[in-house]
Order: sequence, then C-alpha cells, then structure tokens
Amino acid sequence: MKKNNKNTITFVVCSIFILIIGLFLGISLGAAQIGISEIWHSIFNYSEKLELVLVRDVRIPRALCVLLTGGILGVTGAMIQGVTRNPIAEPSLLGVSQGATLVVAIFYAIGISINTTNVMIASLIGAIFSGIIVIGFILKKANNSSITKILLAGTAMSTFFISLTTIAGLLSNQSQLIAFWVAGGFRNATWADTKLVTVVGICGLIIALLLSNKINVLSLGDDVAISLGQNPEKIRLITLLVMIPMCAAAVAVGKNIGFVGLIVPQIVRKTLGEDYRKNIPCSFLLGAVILTYADIAARMFYNPYETPIGIFTALIGVPFFIVAARKEKG
Amino acid sequence: MKKRKLKIISLILISLLLFSLILYLSWGSFKISPLDIIKTILGEGTKLQKSALLNIRVPRLLVGISVGIALSTAGALLQTITKNELADSGIVGINAGAAVAAVVFISLKTADYYSELGNISIYVLPFMAIIGAGISAAVIYFLSGRNRIRPQRLLLIGLGINAGLNAFITFFTFRGGVSDYNRVLVWISGSLWGSGWSYAKIITPIVVLMFILVHINYKKLDVLNLSDEHAVCLGLNLNKERKKFLTYAVILAGTATAFAGNVSLIGLISPHIAKKLVGPYHKNFLVISAVISTIIILIADAVSRNLFSPIEIPVGITISILGVPYFIYLMIKEK
Repeated sequence: MKKNNKNTITFVVCSIFILIIGLFLGISLGAAQIGISEIWHSIFNYSEKLELVLVRDVRIPRALCVLLTGGILGVTGAMIQGVTRNPIAEPSLLGVSQGATLVVAIFYAIGISINTTNVMIASLIGAIFSGIIVIGFILKKANNSSITKILLAGTAMSTFFISLTTIAGLLSNQSQLIAFWVAGGFRNATWADTKLVTVVGICGLIIALLLSNKINVLSLGDDVAISLGQNPEKIRLITLLVMIPMCAAAVAVGKNIGFVGLIVPQIVRKTLGEDYRKNIPCSFLLGAVILTYADIAARMFYNPYETPIGIFTALIGVPFFIVAARKEKG
Repeated sequence: MKKRKLKIISLILISLLLFSLILYLSWGSFKISPLDIIKTILGEGTKLQKSALLNIRVPRLLVGISVGIALSTAGALLQTITKNELADSGIVGINAGAAVAAVVFISLKTADYYSELGNISIYVLPFMAIIGAGISAAVIYFLSGRNRIRPQRLLLIGLGINAGLNAFITFFTFRGGVSDYNRVLVWISGSLWGSGWSYAKIITPIVVLMFILVHINYKKLDVLNLSDEHAVCLGLNLNKERKKFLTYAVILAGTATAFAGNVSLIGLISPHIAKKLVGPYHKNFLVISAVISTIIILIADAVSRNLFSPIEIPVGITISILGVPYFIYLMIKEK
C-alpha cells in the first residue's frame, strides 16, 4: 500500500512537471517564437504590443483549451473503460464524437452561425443522440461483454455518422469548410472556448470523482457489485450520462480526437493499479500532458501549416490498441 | 425441393439484376428509355444517346460491377478465413491500406487534379494499391498470431489499423485547395466518379480473372469452413491455403480500392445475404454473392448520381447509410 502511494506521488509530480514544460513550450513555440520574458509581460503587464496580444489572445487560450480537453478525454476514457470493463473502449471509437460532429455539420449546412455557444449546443445534441444509442448497446451487451462486438458496433456507428456528415457537407456545398473544421483541432480556440472546457472539465472531474467508488465496485464485476448492494445497470447508466456533456465539450473545442481516451487510462492502470479514486484524476493529468505535446507536434511538424492533431494521437494510440487487442482470447 | 428453391432465387435475382442494369443505364440527367438503350447498343441511337451511353454510362457500369464483385468476393474470402461473419476488407483496414498507398502515389505523381493522371500512372496505380492493401493485411495477419488465426483478435487489430490509417488519410485533406480536398473525399468514402474506359479496361479483366481463380477453388473453401481439425484430416494445408486466399482477397480489395476508393460494408452485406439464400457452399454462394453485390452497387450508384442531381454523392456513402442499419441488426441478432 505504501509503495503504491509513493508511486502515485511520483506519477503526479512527474506529470505536473512535464505538463508545465509542455505549457511553456506550447505558448512559446509556433510560427512566431516567443521568449519567456514576453510571456511574463503579456500576463502581468498589459500592453497592445503585437507579441503580447498574440500570447494573450491566441497562445494562452489555446494551451489551456488543449490541456483541459486532454483532461476531459482522459477522464471519459477512464470512466467508460471502468464501467464496461473493456480496455479498448473510448468515446471516439464508439461513435459518440462522430455523432456530435454530425450535428455541428448540420448547423453549418443550414447556415446557423458558428460560435462557441452554437457549436456546444450542436455537439451536445449530437452527443446525446449517439450516446443514447451507444448506451443502449452497452447496457444490452455488457454482461456478456464482447469487446469486439462493442467496437464493431462503434465503428459502424462512426461510419454512419461520418457518411451523413459528408452528405450534409456536399448538399450545402460546405464540405470543405466542415472537413476543415473537423480536422482543425484547436486552431481557433478562444477565451470563450476556454471557459467552456474549464467549466465542463472541472464539473465533470468532480462528478467523476464522486462516482469513482461505485466505478471501483463495478470494475470487480457485476456479481460482486450486486452482492455489495449496488445496482450495476444504474451505475453504468449514470456514468455514461455524465460522459455525454463531457464528450460534447471536447468535440466542440477540440473536434474529433481519437485514441487519447484509450491510451491514458491504460497507462494509468499499468502504473498505479486499478483504483478509480486515483485513476480518474491521474487520467485527467496524463490526458492533459499527452494532448499538450500532441498539439505542439501538430503545430511544429509542418510549420507554418498545421497538421491534424488526430494523426499524432493515432500514431501513439494504434500500438496501444494492438497490444490490448492481442490479449483478447479467441 | 432444394433445386426448386435455387431456381426461384436465381429467377428473382436475374430479374432484379436486369432491373438494376436498365435503371442504371437509363436514369440520369439525360434520360434514355429502355428501348433506346437497346437501339443505341445495336448502333441506331442518336449521337447524344451514343455518347452518353457508350462513353459515360457503360464504362462506369463496368467499373461499378467489377468493384462490387471484387469487394464481395474479398469479403466472402475473409469471412471464410476468419470464420467470422462480420469480416470485411473495409472494416479491417485492408481497403484503407490500399487507399493510403493510392493517395500517396497520386500526390507524389501529380500536383493537379484527378483527370491529369497520366497513362502509365493508371497502370501502376492498381499495383500500388495492391501493395498497400498487402502491407496492411500482412501487418494484421502477423499481429494476430500467424500460426493460428484467432478470428476475434484479427478483427480487433484490423479495426485499430483501420482507425489509424483513416486518421493518416485526413492529412492529405490539408495539403492543398478544393480540388485536392475533393480527391481525398473520393478516396475516403468511395466513389465511381470519373470512371471511364481507361479504368474499365484495366479493372474488368483483373476482377474476372481473380473471380474465376477463386471460384475454381470452391471445394477448398468449403473445407476451410469446417473446424481446423477436420480440415487437416481431409488433407488441407491450412496455413498455406489461408495465406493463398488472403492474398487473393488482398488483390481483389486492392484493385477495387485503386479505382473506386474505400467502399466499405458491401463486402460484408452481399456474402451475408447470399449465405442466407443459398447456404454456405461456395460453389453457388460465391456467384450469388457477386450478383447481389452487383445489384446493390448499381442501384446505390444510380441513387447517388441522381437523387440530389447535379450534386453527386459518393457511392460508398450511400452504401454505408444503407448498410450500417443492416450491420447493427446483424450484431444485435447474433448471439
């Protein structure tokens, strides 16, 4: 037990340290390099100098958005993996993010102006819709949970939503705009976006922490949960419902980012063991770290153009996916 | 009794096939009545009808049929090899591998739009796509334990590879302007847009040849359907045969993807319907599955071309919107 605690402390300290370096790099690197003194000045001495405005209104909100979105993705991954006892589950592999994207695309297509509020409303509608289908599927299948089946269903759902998104784009002659929006990552992150992910992220984290004890029980198996006086179906339902607004916020700000919710909880479980009271906050932290560096890579790889951030998360994610898949029997 | 059932099924399928052929050739922004189609083919149509039919619709029809047959046969082979009804070259990432290779090849070869593809490139393109499909199939094969294929694992790993490759393709969305974007869209979702004689004369012979090659092996495929122990007892070298059929599937899927992009789910649906109609014996099953895929792709493409005319929807999109509900239904029903 003691050794475990020590592990946790080391993990948290290391992650925070790496995260701070990442934040600094994220703010200073880019098409225009910005030194540490300018970052300092832009925060503490107000002036209208171009660099300072750039830092204040572009780089800092972006860095914060990336951090918080990463955290949200990490937590949702941990939650869904916990309640389904499935190491490969993740919102974007299950089609929830794609459902959110579809409604945003429809908003584009019918000409509703695209700002933070509207995008959030749209992705919330989409996430609720697709989330309910996924919940129906998981609740039905979780007992004889076959990972392959849930994932196949998720892949099919994603294909379906992406197809409808494409049609919405083609018919309204906005397909390129929509595709750019989807793959655009955090390019247009503003302070309004930052507020959104801050609120949703912190609320989500707190609720997830409150649920963590129950997720712990559920991760032991339905039989154990029932004998401990818990209703597994209910816990699963509540957890998945909490995830929906979190996924929606992540899509609204960071668009479709796959694999973060897959990798993070796996690493956390490997290093810290399976206790969701610790795993959930640690997943938040590690998600933030991974996405921060992925975003730096997305900006620097093809400088001054941006590369879709999903490529980098997929690059790290696919090996993890395969390792987990190879453990499957049958 | 059984013979009679087969006869009825064939009759229905043939009439559906005829219907879809006529629909495909006559429905369009320039309508041609069925009678005029026959006249034009016999050489008595007006100039406009001739050019619409012989230069545009017939080659596209041939490419469409070839793509449908190739994908459904590849899907049938994969389903037999993995003993899993849900396998499909699109779902497990073989098509995506081909699409990545094709997109990389095209963007290295030409800076311009689709039609600028040179003559030699058109011949090289399918080979590149087959190589891409082969690499992705080999990766999936080795990672899923090469000595004993574990069906679940193979599917899962395929799903992962597919997701990764699709993320990679989006990279090409951002390399250029509108034309580049549209080109990538065709690859991602699968479309018969722009198929002319230059495509038809390459893809049709390859697919016909491969289909015959697969079909003469129908007895071996039947044996593969049995349990591994039975198959070995009957004197089948399991690993060798599996590798051989996997290679065939790769060639078929790669060729289809080279010309039509990543059309997924048709390779899952057609063999499945065929199996329901005529049972699992490959002699009839392969043919029926090919016919069904032809009907599906022709109707789907006719709809994609005309429903929102003049805007054309990629045929892969139409197929997946029709196919996904069927797929989900299959999974819920399967215990």
